[in-house]
Amino acid sequence: MLLAALLMIAVVLILASVLSVSDNLIQIEAKKQGIDTRKNNLSIFPNFSDLFGKKPPKAADPSRFHNLKGGHNIKLVGVADGPIENGHTSRYALKPTDFRGIAPIPKLEVAVGDSVKAGDVVFYDKLSPEIKHVAPVSGEIVEVRRAAKRAISHIVILADKEQQHVQHDIINVDTASKEDIIAYMKAVGVWPLMNQRPFDVVPDPAQTPDNIFISTFSTAPLAPDYSVMLDGRAADLQEAVDCLSRLTSGKVYLGVDGRTDEVHSAIANVSGAEKHYFNGKHPAGNVGVQIHHIAPIKNTGCVWTMSLENALILGRLMNTGVYDTSKVVALAGAQFEQPKLVKTYAGASLKELTQGNIKAEGTTRLIQGDVLAGQTAVEDDFLSSGSNQITSIKEGDQYELFGWLLPITPRPSISKTMPGFLMPGHQYEADTNTHGEKRAFVVTGQYEKMLPMDIYPQHLLKAIMAGDIERMEGLGINELSEEDIALAEFSCTSKMPLQQILREGLDMMREQA
Amino acid sequence: MGLLSFLQKIEPDKKKSPFLHTLYDGFFTFAYAPNSTTKGGVHIRDGMDLKRTMVMVVLAMQLCYVFGTYNIGHQHFVAMGEHLGFLEGFHLKLVHGLIKLLPIFIVTHAVGLGIEFWFAAKKGHAIEEGFLVSGALIPLIMPPDLPLWILAVAVAFAVILGKEAFGGTGMNIWNVALLARVFVFFAYPTSISGDEVWVSGFEGMASGASVDYGWAHGLFNNLFSWMDLSTFNSAAVVADGYSGATPLALAYQGGWENVTATFSESQMFWGSIPGSIGETSKPLILIGAGILLATGIASWRIMLSMFIGAVVMGMILNGWGATPFMTVPWQYQFYMGSFFFAMAFMATDPVTASSTNAGKWVYGLLIGMIGMLIRVINPAYPEGWMLAILFLNTFAPLIDHYVLEGNMKRRMKASAAAISSHSVHTENEVTHA
Repeated sequence: MLLAALLMIAVVLILASVLSVSDNLIQIEAKKQGIDTRKNNLSIFPNFSDLFGKKPPKAADPSRFHNLKGGHNIKLVGVADGPIENGHTSRYALKPTDFRGIAPIPKLEVAVGDSVKAGDVVFYDKLSPEIKHVAPVSGEIVEVRRAAKRAISHIVILADKEQQHVQHDIINVDTASKEDIIAYMKAVGVWPLMNQRPFDVVPDPAQTPDNIFISTFSTAPLAPDYSVMLDGRAADLQEAVDCLSRLTSGKVYLGVDGRTDEVHSAIANVSGAEKHYFNGKHPAGNVGVQIHHIAPIKNTGCVWTMSLENALILGRLMNTGVYDTSKVVALAGAQFEQPKLVKTYAGASLKELTQGNIKAEGTTRLIQGDVLAGQTAVEDDFLSSGSNQITSIKEGDQYELFGWLLPITPRPSISKTMPGFLMPGHQYEADTNTHGEKRAFVVTGQYEKMLPMDIYPQHLLKAIMAGDIERMEGLGINELSEEDIALAEFSCTSKMPLQQILREGLDMMREQA
Repeated sequence: MGLLSFLQKIEPDKKKSPFLHTLYDGFFTFAYAPNSTTKGGVHIRDGMDLKRTMVMVVLAMQLCYVFGTYNIGHQHFVAMGEHLGFLEGFHLKLVHGLIKLLPIFIVTHAVGLGIEFWFAAKKGHAIEEGFLVSGALIPLIMPPDLPLWILAVAVAFAVILGKEAFGGTGMNIWNVALLARVFVFFAYPTSISGDEVWVSGFEGMASGASVDYGWAHGLFNNLFSWMDLSTFNSAAVVADGYSGATPLALAYQGGWENVTATFSESQMFWGSIPGSIGETSKPLILIGAGILLATGIASWRIMLSMFIGAVVMGMILNGWGATPFMTVPWQYQFYMGSFFFAMAFMATDPVTASSTNAGKWVYGLLIGMIGMLIRVINPAYPEGWMLAILFLNTFAPLIDHYVLEGNMKRRMKASAAAISSHSVHTENEVTHA
């Protein structure tokens, strides 16, 4: 009896080991063939995440579902929701500084006093004069504001009450040649709405991107729900996808929110683009992170990206011939009396948008974008191109007794030494205090947790600081943009300026290229 | 805000007296989190900073301090054969422990922080928090009777050559606390190895050697006799047959039976055995390790892989079994020596450990294996964690190098594949044209 039992166990063990060895051989063979075994489970054994992980949304193809580990959602007070209010302001501005990669002093096509229609050319880059930058609204040019070294910072337009648009000819993106489409896009002013990676610059029309990516959701702190801007725009999104797919040698990819089962009908019905679903915390909604998991940027190639809202502008222009920059902007953050969503045009005056809505208590910082990757708004600033969020937070220029040891006010943190991790739903009223001084790198493994990519940010940053171009390239600098490592910068115990260092590295790489 | 304005009023001039200003800045930022705000980059910052990180580590080792202080006194009386119960003669043991520990603590910090402050003033940067942890660790890993001048030289060596020479906190290659210890180990071996150094307060460790009490003991004797408590007996001598040997030394001589003849398992587990000041009590160290793991400050990868490495090497040595020490069952190896202290507080130092997650596994595993090997094989000194950790500190950048090379190779390969397919593509186009 005992012998039979032992024999049974031995047989089972031998079978199990044969199975396991052959299973491993399959994995090794798959690696040789270049198949990513993490995404395609070839094993007969299910992955741990297959059994217990988040299930992909119903609409999603399981092989296009990416369950991202790590990251962190920063929950802040002042979520903007509710009905969309009218946010038409009297002044708008076009800001050449919003476009990276163009010469600091562009060639102006208009002068103060000129009248323009929405879609009229305002300026162009001297390096590539065929790429036009056009007026977001109709009205009169009232001011050309200059920054240091006579660089033009704002071209301010006093808007008409009744908006007038330039009516462009409509071209058929399915039949027109690729050259015609490119020439058309450059002439009507939608070219600068795209972005080229690496380096995050206005795309070079001479290059063909490997792929084009659009992220259709945002996970950034206080970011608006993108379904607001998608309502009624299904045709525009489809047209944009059709147009973009003519420009690339690869595919157009949509990064879709995989955290819920609900997918906006405009996205669900779009065809001609490959949809990839992402579940995870911030920065899962960042296009850079999505690119890394869909088809990583090669060191020899480039990809183009477009924000969802710019894609809708492109789609509407292709559909109707009208350059319409109307968009929904979230006024979010603790320093707004009433956080809300407003409908306005690109380049709206922040002064007017936020008038009477800012709390008197404390000094307020207005941020173009979110608290991680946004830019501080300057005095009498205007909405940046591509920005659909204005965040207001309090300046934290106060001393705090034993603030490092016994923090009195709750503050967002990824550290489990802070009681905050016990209250995952708590909304914080964060201020701009640095909560400590800058130090050398000490803690390790922290950035990796905040960046769901196969990249070692700390070693990359050290390579940048050392100016080692080859190593920077090898460690994946071309895959990164400031917004991707912004969360890591937030979490940094040593208070290092990660985004600034990364930009220095990207500039170095661009000079080399 | 009265304190704040007072502190701001007494700020010394930075140009005229840089040293005073550095000192002031160090204490001011200790008292008040600065009012600096974010500029460029992110607009909000995590509440965690280096001060808080370091203080958490210091807090995690406080239980070791409490127990270590008491155990100095306890071992002293055990050697005399008096107050053998753990809590008997509580006041005497506590006072003797403090008399031994406080000078070590003060000298460590006076020398270490003094050098830190001086370098910070000279280089014109703020005082960095690294020595908070190093300074708390050093007393715990020294024998209680270590001459203070040796300690001072060791700390100075570790801080100047081990840390400041490399650029300060975050730049050092070797763990500063272990560097101080290894300096004593190689420069003054008789004061940190052998059977005679782990029990304090005697002129020697042979039977009949008399106690060595100082003025502080006399002072407390007056107090205790006035309070009608038992006092230090300056005529006492080391008891007959007492050797002062640690469990590891006994295991080296005669295996596990030889150890259990002197110490019980629970004694070794709870830590009432001779040894370095803070290393003896396993549960209290594990509580500290638990705090570090729960707060995410120390790497669980290093701790776990180091434990696995030690277990594996312990089993291999069991299989070999050439010496009495090798035959000690692997699980009993963890009752002796400073494995847990090294695992919780030394190997996990983020600056000197591997900085990649994959590297941490290798790093911890090798420390566990090499440390156990040194402990059992080394004839001169039956413990290996200090040497193993310093050895792997040296090789941590190499481990990381290979991890990063792997990452870079993966990326280059993907790009190379893209180039080849691209060139095929263009060739086709050319022929087509």
